Amino acid sequence: MRYSAFRILREGLTGNKGWKPVWREPDPKPEYDIVIVGGGGHGLATAYYLAKEFGLTNVAVLEKGWLGSGNIGRNTTIIRSNYLLPGNEPFYELSLKLWEGLEQDFNYNAMVSQRSILNLFHSDAQRDAYVRRGNAMILAGADAELADAEQLRAELPFLDFDNARFPIKGGLYQRRGGTVRHDAVAWGYARGADSRGVDIIQNCEVTGFDIENGTCTGVQTSRGAIRARKVAVCVAGSSGRVMAQAGMRLPIESHVLQAFVTEGLKPVLPGVVTFGAGHFYVSQSDKGGLVFGGDIDGYNTYAQRGNLPVVEDVAEGGMAIMPMIGRARLLRSWGGVMDMSMDGSPFIDKTHIDGLYFNGGWCYGGFKATPASGFCYAHLLARDVPHPTASQMRLDRFMTGNLIDEKGQGNQPNLH
Amino acid sequence: MIIPHPLLGPRDAAEFVYLGDAALIDRPDWQAEDALTAFHDYGYLRDNPAGPHKELWYHEQGDRSWLVVTRDTTTHEITAVELARDVARSRGRSA
Repeated sequence: MRYSAFRILREGLTGNKGWKPVWREPDPKPEYDIVIVGGGGHGLATAYYLAKEFGLTNVAVLEKGWLGSGNIGRNTTIIRSNYLLPGNEPFYELSLKLWEGLEQDFNYNAMVSQRSILNLFHSDAQRDAYVRRGNAMILAGADAELADAEQLRAELPFLDFDNARFPIKGGLYQRRGGTVRHDAVAWGYARGADSRGVDIIQNCEVTGFDIENGTCTGVQTSRGAIRARKVAVCVAGSSGRVMAQAGMRLPIESHVLQAFVTEGLKPVLPGVVTFGAGHFYVSQSDKGGLVFGGDIDGYNTYAQRGNLPVVEDVAEGGMAIMPMIGRARLLRSWGGVMDMSMDGSPFIDKTHIDGLYFNGGWCYGGFKATPASGFCYAHLLARDVPHPTASQMRLDRFMTGNLIDEKGQGNQPNLH
Repeated sequence: MIIPHPLLGPRDAAEFVYLGDAALIDRPDWQAEDALTAFHDYGYLRDNPAGPHKELWYHEQGDRSWLVVTRDTTTHEITAVELARDVARSRGRSA
């Protein structure tokens, strides 16, 4: 069923009796060409692009819970491509371009809103770093715009420009950045994949991999064995425990990141704003709630909840740049498990086991990467060579020395 | 989280800095034949278990001791805390 304004009008006039479920609930077949482990944003996007761009439809997506029950439903919905390094920036710019055409591409309203993202800076040195970053973005085909304090005072008068410790000197805009309705991304990709013949199998947990003579031939699941010519894992925060079943140790630690939303307010915040001297970022949802977050808690965990010291730290960050946030009441907070990698950048790669592929290490930046991650993973699975924009996202880069360390922090996941 | 410090009693986890898996105590032998692989694995690969995890915490805003904390990564429950010095000595890592 194709969605359109005409369709809404017709259904409205005929009692809305024509709407159907947008994906099937099939039983697993005994064998597929490709089995994708993980029915989150990245897994569903991979299935969608495999079917649509590469013509591979004998594909199953296995999800241990319900579709989109992980980080695609737990993030702060920000999209942007304001990275620095050549191993990252072209990939995230591909992602932003895919976001721009996504709703037309999969015929689903994902509420992609390019309302801009602004990274504030608070010192001359930080300004220089952001000029450099903006130039790197422009070189990769993205947009970047430096704003001084005078311009920001006119556009965002509520910011605390004269803060004694971290005065706001200006910011780096990416006007094409913004926010997306996150759940709709999972639903749109699922619908697009399902309608092209992909089996999305929920409540089906992978309990082991069938590996014979260095080749992966399928998976064991809570709903029986499934053979596959290729097995593609993309389970984000669960990467460690899933890949342990294949006997692999990863350059990844799992950490928790908390996020927060206030009560609904009238429009006060036009775009996304981030603090340059602490870890704090905020936007306003279409329902009016201020959506914000900060740093990870900083210790290994698989629990989808964090602790109070980070709540305090995030609140302090918010008060430091926009004191008006202190008047809003907090409605909810939650946590999601991040697959923090050793250099802060992700992996889309084959493993040393034939037929077993791995996508993970997204740290706290996986949502914005969803379209490009799916596209590049599908490219790797279909053609067995990495997509040009993801060619540096390799599992062996710590051995070869080709790290992609945006912050220059070294192998300490809780500092990225 | 409250960490029961073996010398100081219960302390707020916010007083500590977290380093990671306590396997970092077992630094490889730099003169061994397989030192390159061993140091790659030591520096970059982690078990990252869901369940009990032995990990290094540094009491930066306290007595500056290193602790080995055994904590469940699915519940945050702490079941054992030892001084890292004692653990290292028991493994022959420290004088």
